[in-house]
Parts: sequence; structure tokens; C-alpha cells
Amino acid sequence: MYEILASFAQTGGMIYFILLFAGVLTYALWPKNQETFDQAARSPLNDEGPIND
Amino acid sequence: MNQTIKRTDSTSPLSVGALLTVFLLLTIFIAANAADKAMEIQAYTFLALAGAFLIGICLWGADQNSKDAFDETEYDDKVVKVGVAMSTFWGLAGLLVGVIIALQLTWPNIFYFADFGFTNFGRLRPLHTSAVIFAFGGNVLLASSFYVVQRTCRTRLAGGMWPWFVVWGYQIFIALAGTGYLLGITQSKEYAEPEWYVDLWLTIVWVVYLLVFLGTIWKRKEKHIYVANWFFLAFIVTIAMLHIVNNLSIPVTLTGSKSVQLFAGVQDAMTQWWYGHNAVGFFLTAGFLAIMYYFIPKRADRPVYSYRLSIVHFWSLIFIYIWAGPHHLHYTALPQWAQTLGMTFSIMLWMPSWGGMINGLMTLSGAWDKLRTDPVLRMMIVSLAFYGMSTFEGPMMSVRAVNALSHYTEWGIGHVHSGSLGWVGYISFGALYCLVPWLYKRPALFSRSLVEWHFWISTIGIVFYICSMYFAGITEGLMWRAYNEFGFLEYSFVETVEAKHIAYMIRALGGLMYFAGAVMMAINLTMTALGKGEARDSEAAEKSKQAAGSLQPAE
Repeated sequence: MYEILASFAQTGGMIYFILLFAGVLTYALWPKNQETFDQAARSPLNDEGPIND
Repeated sequence: MNQTIKRTDSTSPLSVGALLTVFLLLTIFIAANAADKAMEIQAYTFLALAGAFLIGICLWGADQNSKDAFDETEYDDKVVKVGVAMSTFWGLAGLLVGVIIALQLTWPNIFYFADFGFTNFGRLRPLHTSAVIFAFGGNVLLASSFYVVQRTCRTRLAGGMWPWFVVWGYQIFIALAGTGYLLGITQSKEYAEPEWYVDLWLTIVWVVYLLVFLGTIWKRKEKHIYVANWFFLAFIVTIAMLHIVNNLSIPVTLTGSKSVQLFAGVQDAMTQWWYGHNAVGFFLTAGFLAIMYYFIPKRADRPVYSYRLSIVHFWSLIFIYIWAGPHHLHYTALPQWAQTLGMTFSIMLWMPSWGGMINGLMTLSGAWDKLRTDPVLRMMIVSLAFYGMSTFEGPMMSVRAVNALSHYTEWGIGHVHSGSLGWVGYISFGALYCLVPWLYKRPALFSRSLVEWHFWISTIGIVFYICSMYFAGITEGLMWRAYNEFGFLEYSFVETVEAKHIAYMIRALGGLMYFAGAVMMAINLTMTALGKGEARDSEAAEKSKQAAGSLQPAE
């Protein structure tokens, strides 16, 4: 059991985490998302007033 | 007549009432057949509190017939107000118990009351930790998450009466856990001391919390889900998972307070510290980072420094934190590779932690002058400084060789209080100081100079606390490992205790100062809610003056 777990952690687990991190970076740095993120960064500042329907 | 009122939800008070009724009936059965005295007292406590909640709903329902209680065009701020009031109350209680146990450790002969068993250190210590983490911190998180998710999704809380079930159900959990410790009920798991029936109740409350939060996000009117909500969501989901797995146990009888753990030995230890460390990671970090990502930009009136960084921060923090637990079990029966894994992930954790800290600090770009003029913002920024310090210190202490010196010593106590008093406490105080004027529509806090007093007295208190504990920890760590020329231990244990006595006195003083600061905050918040001092609405006051003036006879 230990061998199976250890070998998975050192191969599959590592590749999984690297791919996951690459995915997060791609999403965060994707140029098309810039506008959404710029708006979102101001989100706490623009929440005054009543709820729009 | 009431055609303009869009009735959105009238079933939730009934369903909450039905759920409470089921539990009240079950509890009556337990109270009548309790296997031990402590369980009987717990059952009556539950009956009183849940019964009061049910009566409250009935009275409220009778009063609300003509209005739409869950008006979708308004935010639900009443439930947030209750959360804020409860945070303040439990904060004071938890800190006071902390001061008491600090005094007990310093002068065990004076503060030992043989006739009152419930004041024993062993019972008060979990009362302190649970009160400050779960009662104070938990209520701050409930209140701020309900406030923030509504604003950033631009919609009312989902679930009608269910958010009230979350808040009151959580207070019932706190009351049962706290009185249980005093009665001697514990399952002996650090930060998870409550027994099986309290765990079950909290599970229900917590799942409802998750559903209310998800339901609110589901009906949001903003396309993008703001990063603070991601952090809140990670906190709620992970705490649910940790709580359920770590509390897997079988009750000895269904009417008794005792249960038997499902795990044993090193598996139990590993599960416990997987839970314990992620309680720090997801309760005391992710949840409060959500507070940071809303309240610091809002207070500073600046956008988040880098929203991209916040995304990388979020995903790396949650994926790394969950593996760090084994660093609590260095030099134990836990396999070496698992210890090393925990240590490695702890060191990696330094990067997302500091990424988040930098993101919060740099949000002040262009508004640094506010640090001088706004003590509330200063408090939140200092909280980030403490966050940075303790998230550097933590990875360092997780290194096996450092841990060999620091583990089981007061250094650990110094470390957690740098994180909890500095980071969690200050970001919470900052959020509370923001929330009360916003919720009660006051132009300012009751007294700005009182916030200054709070800031300085508690900052000096933290410095006293952590410096004395670092000194005590390193001293006793070195004394424990000192050998004489014959290879015997140089010091007996009691000598290492004696060496800490003055440090203990300074710690108690530091804790007392921090508590004094919290008392000032409680006064300030109460007076702000009442609209006194600088919180007085000058416009409204002017109007009422004019109204009074118009009654005067003309000249």
C-alpha cells in the first residue's frame, strides 16, 4: 500500500498539481479576462444603493 | 391592498419551526432518559435555547402578517447585526477566560478553587480556545460573510428564515459546547472537544449555512463571483468536511454524552491534526482573507491591488494548506515520509500566504496617508503585518530540526497568539468597526480616539504576549535538551517551569491589555449603534431641532 501511494504521489500527484497550477495561471493571466478582473477589483467599491431588479 | 408586495417566501419559517420541533421532541426524550447528569443538563439547555428560538419565530410570524418579511429589494441586515453583537459578546467572554487561565498558570496557588471544579484549568482552557476561535471568530465570519455575499452578489440572502436558523443554531452550538466543557464533557480532541450530539447539531447548522451561501451566490445579479466569496465558500465547504471526518464516533448510548472514536492510534492523531491544522488554514485564514479582500478595499476606497494575484493566491492557498497537517506530528509514530510531506507543503505555503499579504498591503497604493488618519484601516493593515510574520514563522517551525526545539514549548503559544491576536483579532476588529456604522447608518464611530486607544493598548499587549512566550519557549526548549558532562539531563522539569514564571506574568499582563482594548471596542460599538458622540447623525439631529423649534411661539 505504501509503495503504491508513494509512487503515485511522486508521479501522478505531482503532475496533477503542476497541471492544476498551470490551469490557474492560464485563467488568471488570460488577456481576455483582464476586463472582468479590472471590474471585479472594484466590486467592493460599487455596491452601494438598493438592489436593482 | 398589498399587491405591490412580492411575497417570495413564506414556507421557510414553517420549515425552520418544524425542524426545531423535531429536535425539541427528541431532546425531551433525552432529558427524560438521560444516562448521565451532564447530558441531562445539556438537554435542558438545548430545550431552553431552541424553545426560545421557536417561540421567537411564532411571535415574529404573528407580527409580520401585513408585511413581506423577506423583501427581495432589500438586503437582510438584521441577521448581520445579530452576528456582530454576538461576536462582540463572545469576544469579550473568550478573552476574559484567556486572562483567567493565564493567571492560573502564573499563580496556580491563588487562582485554584478546589470547591469549584468547573474553574479548573483543564476545563477553562478549551472554553477559552473554543470561545475565541469558534464563538468570536465564527460569529465574525457568519456576520461578515452574510454582509459581503449580499453586497458583492447584489441580492438578498437566500432562504428566508434559514439564515436566522444558521445564526441562532450556531449560538446554541456555542452554548452547548461551552457549558459542556464546564460540566466535564469532552472527547479530548483539541479544538474539537464537543461530544457527538453537539457535533451532529453543528453539522446541520453548517450544511444550512452552506446552502444559504450557495443559494445567495446562485441568484446573484453580478456575473463574476467576487474573490471574497470564493474564500468564504472554501472556508465553509472545508470546515464541513473536516468537522465530519474528525468527529466520526459512535455514541455509547443515544441518551448519554460519551462516545467512542472511530479512529485509533496514529490514524487518529493524523486525522486530528489534518483537522487541527486546517481549522487554522480554512477557519482562521481563508475566512478572514475573505474579510480582508472586501473590507480593506472598501475602507481604503481603492480597488484590489492585483485581482490576478488574488486568483493565484486563492487556488494555491487552498490546494497547499490541506496537506500541511502532519507537521504537528514530527518525531511521532507517523511515518517519516508523511512528516516530510507535511513539512514540505508547509514551506510551500509561505508563497501564497505572502502573495495574499502583499496583495492586501498594496491595495493601499495611493492611499497610504490613511494609515495616519484612520485607526480602523491601520488596524487591518497591522493585521496583515502579523499575518506575514506568523505565516513566515509557521513554515520555519514546521522544519523538523526547528520543531525539535519549538514543539511542546511556549514558542507554539507565542506563534498562535501572534496569528490569532494579531491577524485574526485585528482583521475582525477592523471589520466590526466598519460594519457597525454601515449597518446602523451612522456617519462615524462613536469615538475615533477610543479606537486609537484600543489600537495602541492591544498592540503593546500583543508585543508583551508574544515576546514573553518566545523567551519562555526558547528557554524551556534549550533547558529540556541540556545534558551535563555525565550525559544526564541538566534540569528537572520543575526547574524549566520555574524559569518561565516572569514570562508568564508578562504574558498575563499582555493578555489583560488586549482584553482592555476589546472592552473599549465593545463600548465604542454599542455607543455607535445607539448613535451617540461622533456617531450622532448631525443632519437628523438638525431636523429634529428644527421640528422642536417650530413648536416655539413666534417672536
